[in-house]
Amino acid sequence: MLSNLGNILLFGSTFVTLSIIYFAYQNLKEKNIIIRKNIVYLSFFQITLIIASFLLLIFAFIFSDFSLLAVYQNSHTAKPVFYKIAGVWGNHEGSLLLWVNIMVIFSFLFFLFNYKFNKSFSLYTLLVQNILILGFLMFLISNSNPFFKILPVPLEGLGLNPILQDPALAIHPPLLYLGFVGSSIYFSAAMAAILSNSNGKNFASSIRIWVLISWSFQSLGIIVGSIWAYYELGWGGFWFWDPVENASLIPWFCMTALAHSVLVLEKRGYLYNWVLILSIITFISSVTGTFLVRSGILNSVHTFANDPARGMYILVFLSLMIFFSFVIFFKRKINDDFYLELISKETFILSNNWFMMFYLATVFIGTIYPIFTQVLYDTKISVGPPFYNSVIAPIIIPFLIMMAIGPKISWIKQKYNDFKSLVLILILSCIINFLIFFFFKSYNLLSNLIIISSLFLIIHSLKDFIINSKTKSYYNLPSFLSHTGFGILMLFIMLNHNFSKEYDLNIKVGETKKINNIEINFKDLKIEKRENYNVVIGNFNILDSKKNYQKNLNPEIRIYNNPQTLTFESAIKTNLQQDLYLTMSNIDGSDFYNVKFQIKPFMLWIWFAAFLTASGGLLRTFLKK
Amino acid sequence: MKNKFIIIFLCIFSIELSAAEINNLESKIFKNLRCIVCQGQSIAESNSDFAQTIKIVVRDKIDQGDNEKEIYKFLAEKYGEWIIYKPKFNYINSLLWFSPYIVLVFGGLLILKYLRRKKN
Amino acid sequence: MKISFLKIISISLVVFALIVFFLALNIDKRYSTEKIVGKNVDNFEIIFLNNDAVFKKQDLTNDKYHLINIWASWCLPCRKEHPILMRLKKENNLIIVGINFKDKKLNANDFLRELGNPYDFSLSDKDGTKSILFGVYGIPESILIDKKHKIINKFIGPLNVKDYEDILQLVNEK
Repeated sequence: MLSNLGNILLFGSTFVTLSIIYFAYQNLKEKNIIIRKNIVYLSFFQITLIIASFLLLIFAFIFSDFSLLAVYQNSHTAKPVFYKIAGVWGNHEGSLLLWVNIMVIFSFLFFLFNYKFNKSFSLYTLLVQNILILGFLMFLISNSNPFFKILPVPLEGLGLNPILQDPALAIHPPLLYLGFVGSSIYFSAAMAAILSNSNGKNFASSIRIWVLISWSFQSLGIIVGSIWAYYELGWGGFWFWDPVENASLIPWFCMTALAHSVLVLEKRGYLYNWVLILSIITFISSVTGTFLVRSGILNSVHTFANDPARGMYILVFLSLMIFFSFVIFFKRKINDDFYLELISKETFILSNNWFMMFYLATVFIGTIYPIFTQVLYDTKISVGPPFYNSVIAPIIIPFLIMMAIGPKISWIKQKYNDFKSLVLILILSCIINFLIFFFFKSYNLLSNLIIISSLFLIIHSLKDFIINSKTKSYYNLPSFLSHTGFGILMLFIMLNHNFSKEYDLNIKVGETKKINNIEINFKDLKIEKRENYNVVIGNFNILDSKKNYQKNLNPEIRIYNNPQTLTFESAIKTNLQQDLYLTMSNIDGSDFYNVKFQIKPFMLWIWFAAFLTASGGLLRTFLKK
Repeated sequence: MKNKFIIIFLCIFSIELSAAEINNLESKIFKNLRCIVCQGQSIAESNSDFAQTIKIVVRDKIDQGDNEKEIYKFLAEKYGEWIIYKPKFNYINSLLWFSPYIVLVFGGLLILKYLRRKKN
Repeated sequence: MKISFLKIISISLVVFALIVFFLALNIDKRYSTEKIVGKNVDNFEIIFLNNDAVFKKQDLTNDKYHLINIWASWCLPCRKEHPILMRLKKENNLIIVGINFKDKKLNANDFLRELGNPYDFSLSDKDGTKSILFGVYGIPESILIDKKHKIINKFIGPLNVKDYEDILQLVNEK
């Protein structure tokens, strides 16, 4: 019953999508300048149908309708309602429906904002976007239908992987999807701009807000995912350069570059070609990332159930998309002739793009290189954190410096005569670095330089902001927040990296171990029964004789039944200074427990700085000039 | 002029200090080894039996006086290059190491091209 | 001229990447340590299961093949492959070396008493470090070594009837 209704909604959406494509095409051929009303109605109809199908799936999950395969495989009656809902996008089929929903919503809103101004541009955008939507709808219906029925109807579901039953992970996919699926709209807009011979400035101002929105959500999604990895995966790290993380980072680099260069196009009319390229590759890289993750050709922490047919479909779709976007792009008739002054905002923004493309290239090549060696040389290699750190870290330094100076430079041309304050700030940064160095611990040259340049960025932005605030122009606030936030982020990541301490020991109940000035006491062990799992709780007491504090930490080992899984929950005590992080795991066939105790300074600041960076984008979205 | 000297002094000072860098070979090696029975964890992060064993082997090797390279070579011989997170520089991997910098140089040249146009 | 050069490069790179992706879809992505096949056995010194004597690489004879089998009493698949090992025991051309992996001596001996002892040499690797020499990452695993002490085959997981036949064929070659 539910399955039939769902299928009707999906087929209805497909039909409406087809009609939009047809009418948009017909309307484009007509000479008048007004968009036919029926296209607006159809768009409205489309968004209603697709959202209804999504709500229906949520409904099926909430009420545990196991006649749907997707619900049966990913839900369980004993699950809390919140996780039942999160289960909707915790699997391939549901997440694909969410994907299509976001494409439709963005398409609808973009159309609504633009259809009155420029007929052919809006219609072409709608046309291209709906062709993309059609592609994904067909994928959804033919291969990954969330409304697929099973007979006979099972009484109980298989349950959701417990590692996914977590508030951060519940909101992580929707945030990320708003980011990289949202980028489809400026892909379509870029195609439309070429096809309709739009003016560069108009194109820039129509996509700017969508770039900002997708950038902000992409950033938030990455941060939330990272927080989840930090406390749930139990390794104490927050970024692992895992292929799936990389797949979300690659579009983020594109969006960051685009969010900057679109300003140049809007303001000065330059870089039209470049902005088009960025708009196109953002969505292409999103789909490529999806392909890499869903096809299972990469080893990764996060795995969806793999199905080669799925990978094949996405790959064919991706190839077609690349092919047609190339054809259209090479056919463009855009005269993009300009020159830049060395010291001008344009040049600094271009240098941002330059670094972004470098990071993008590094991460992209690092992610796909193992596939290449395997196919071409039959050699399996790993490209892990040490590679990315050693390639990317040195290039962070000039990037931070440019990021500090850039915002203050004016458009077109400026005679730069502010060297004095630059030097002062640099000295100040060096001194602070030296103080950190002197009072805490030594670290290597690279760390030194990154810390100096991040301090430079922070102080420089603060100075600029204070000077600006005298003139009461708050338009710079978003970029100030993002830039300063990024500086703080880098600073604390480096401090955290250098000052983290880690203790790895095997310990029995009742034992006390002392390492340097830290005493770890394993007091006792409790076993409890909770709503949908059993749990073993360890009780640890940490005593730091030097810093004079005592903390109780209670890590858990959870035993889930549906499906049967063990998860290790870390115990974290957070304050402004540092996180105490402890995980325990049982060692088979012995009374000992393996305990990892970590002292991780400034974790809270890292999250704060990351959110600060993302908040700049959100603020800019809503701020009027 | 004075300022410049101070900067140079401070920078050199920082470099001098960095020579005192703590060399924690063991944990560096652990972090660079993949726990091949786990899902995307390094030996340093993993609790698995396999990781514990590799840790003992690496410690023994360090005690025997083997250097980092020799340890990687030994493990790569037994488990393939896959166990090492930082791919070594060789013919097959050369593009992995070079191409990011090729992009960097190429991008820089492209920007320069637009800067120079003015002189024409 | 220059732009068409860029065009060609970018198109060929993209096409190349897509082709590799297509090929990668159909490749077996499972991990294997079979890269070790073809290499010579490293020097090793492993103590016996039931006494403190040491078995060295030099103790491998030059006139017979060796099958090194890594097992433990707590490992269920090892139980499954045991009959195969018992059948291989009858092979004159093959010496079977058992390495007991991270096990208790008592349990190991109980296991052998219950199911029979196929091993010409029973060795013990209490902390699992010796097995690293043979590229072991999960047991049971078996390594077949020829007369020149070169590793000629590696079996991951329990030996099955097909493996048995392969071993027979390899051992009785020439």
